[in-house]
Amino acid sequence: MLTYTIRRLVLAIPTLLFISFIIFLIVKLSPSDPTAGLPLTIPPEVREQIRESLGVNDPVLLQYFKWLRLMVWDEPLHLLENWTGWNVAPDGPRIISYQTRSPVMDLIVQRMPQTLWVVGTSYIVGILIALPIGIISAYRQYSVFDQIGTFVSMLGFSVPTFFTGVLFIVIFAVNLGWFPSVYDTTHEVTDWDSFIVQLKQIIMPVMVLGLYNASQISRFMRASMLDNLNQDYVRTARAKGLSERAVVLVHVLRNSMIPVVTVIALNVPAVFGGAIITEQVFKVNGIGQLLIIAIQGGDVPVVQTVSVIFAVLIVLFNLIADVLYGILDPRIRYD
Amino acid sequence: MTDSADRPTQPLQSSGATPAGSATVMEPQITGPSRNQWWDVWDQFKSHKGALFGLGFFIFALLFVTVGPLIWTIDPTFIDVRARNTGPTLAHPLGADQLGRDTLARMMMGGQTSIAVGLTAMLLALVLGTFIGVIAGYFKRMDGPLMRLTDLFLALPLLPLLLVIIMLFRDQLRAAFGPEGGIFVLIVVVIGVTSWMQTARVVRGDVLALKEREFVLAARSIGTPASMMILRHILPNVMSPIMVSATLGIANAIITESALSFLGLGFPSDFPTWGRLLFDATEWLQRNPERVIWPGLAISLTVLSVNYIGDGLRDALDPRIRGR
Repeated sequence: MLTYTIRRLVLAIPTLLFISFIIFLIVKLSPSDPTAGLPLTIPPEVREQIRESLGVNDPVLLQYFKWLRLMVWDEPLHLLENWTGWNVAPDGPRIISYQTRSPVMDLIVQRMPQTLWVVGTSYIVGILIALPIGIISAYRQYSVFDQIGTFVSMLGFSVPTFFTGVLFIVIFAVNLGWFPSVYDTTHEVTDWDSFIVQLKQIIMPVMVLGLYNASQISRFMRASMLDNLNQDYVRTARAKGLSERAVVLVHVLRNSMIPVVTVIALNVPAVFGGAIITEQVFKVNGIGQLLIIAIQGGDVPVVQTVSVIFAVLIVLFNLIADVLYGILDPRIRYD
Repeated sequence: MTDSADRPTQPLQSSGATPAGSATVMEPQITGPSRNQWWDVWDQFKSHKGALFGLGFFIFALLFVTVGPLIWTIDPTFIDVRARNTGPTLAHPLGADQLGRDTLARMMMGGQTSIAVGLTAMLLALVLGTFIGVIAGYFKRMDGPLMRLTDLFLALPLLPLLLVIIMLFRDQLRAAFGPEGGIFVLIVVVIGVTSWMQTARVVRGDVLALKEREFVLAARSIGTPASMMILRHILPNVMSPIMVSATLGIANAIITESALSFLGLGFPSDFPTWGRLLFDATEWLQRNPERVIWPGLAISLTVLSVNYIGDGLRDALDPRIRGR
């Protein structure tokens, strides 16, 4: 198991290096000019000096290695100092946003909690909805419940989140006036009333993302349960007189969860990506909105850093899925 | 791979010289003229209600965006100032937008672009995916590098990258291909290049299995060159997974394009798609909430119908399910 995990880890490093290089190159080779947003009254010599100070004129490979060192060594140390208060951070330069002139990591640290709240809650809600629906759908295949369940999950799978989000706003915020349409991140939960306000404002983004996740996971859950329900070991379990509940919830469910757990892990980065749209719909000032603002403002360091964080998430959760699969299914570990 | 299960019936049908008796012992129902195997697929496809509905709606959507403008002849860019922000009226059945442009006409125009993007991006992804899948599956030397490449592409954060690429390269392509053509080429290429991986994986798996079959061995033993082998023997047998991923590709391309337009980084407002219409309508949500419904419904129903077609095709092309 250990060698299996180590082999996966070693394979992940070149992938990450390659992806970070691609992201770096795409952004670098583009013609966008970091000084384009500055006032036109600045003379060209000064403009050139600004570019020089930003290090835009160095060779591309040198810029990449400088950036990579900041990305994997300096910035994590700053993060560590932020969290623990130890004096470990180096004094050297940091990755600075062109727009706000503050370190990119600080911006991301400010934005991360909102995204994690919305995305995390919606993913958990999605899983909690999806598992029972998948199990019952498969157990009562072709029943009315199954027909409705599969139809709804097909619907949730096909209707894009930017339409469900807007539709929810039209129905629940504009017509019924139950929930606010904008997510207020400055709101703090101090007592019961403010908790209710928080609940009200988080319910719509969470439902939009949760329904989308639930429809994907329930399809996998149903298919995986169906694969297992016809196996011989199920007949054996029934034949030795186990209750139906024990057969389905202990024997079948445990085996069906193997592929579903990996799908849940694999989908986490995609959920973060999809949250970009949901954040835009509900005006959550999370990491996705930071990316959109940075793209519109030609803020190269922010775009690079956020994209690399997304890439790290993908590679990390691929790794987690692989290792989980190895733990859950002994046939996969080939060491 | 799935089609080859039907192959053995074909020599039976063509060999008229064999006595009718021996043929009927093996295959009693062959009496009439030879029957194309695609009719079997169609029979199975017909029995899937959702797929039939999906096909019906998709054809309706295609007619709506192609024939529709010939019937509903209002110019989508014509500004009828007095009809600004109106709801459904006789002159404008779906209402008009904040400038007084007819929503129905704009829906048709937007649908043309949305569906065109979906189909072309799907074709590009399919050609790329099939090419890479066949090469990786057929030539052992290429398998390792090409599959590493596929894994790398799968690990790219697609939505952020798409946004970045479009933002950065929009202006040059506009200058090169004109304002409308430039953004169309950019979006189609970008979606196509980032969504071929699933097709490539499925096709490679099928080609690897096909390579071990007797008919491939037979073809090789009479000296068929690799190019003919792929074109004549391999490609026709991987058609069914390709068709299924084609439907999924259309759905994916339409959703991605609308998401980009929705984030304001896709098509411009004067050259709208369904996603762009939805994006423009959200700013008038308080005043005209019904304006977001039409483009949203169009995107959702088109994607739903295409997904159902894919489901039906998957069942119909699987010989283990067909005929049951």
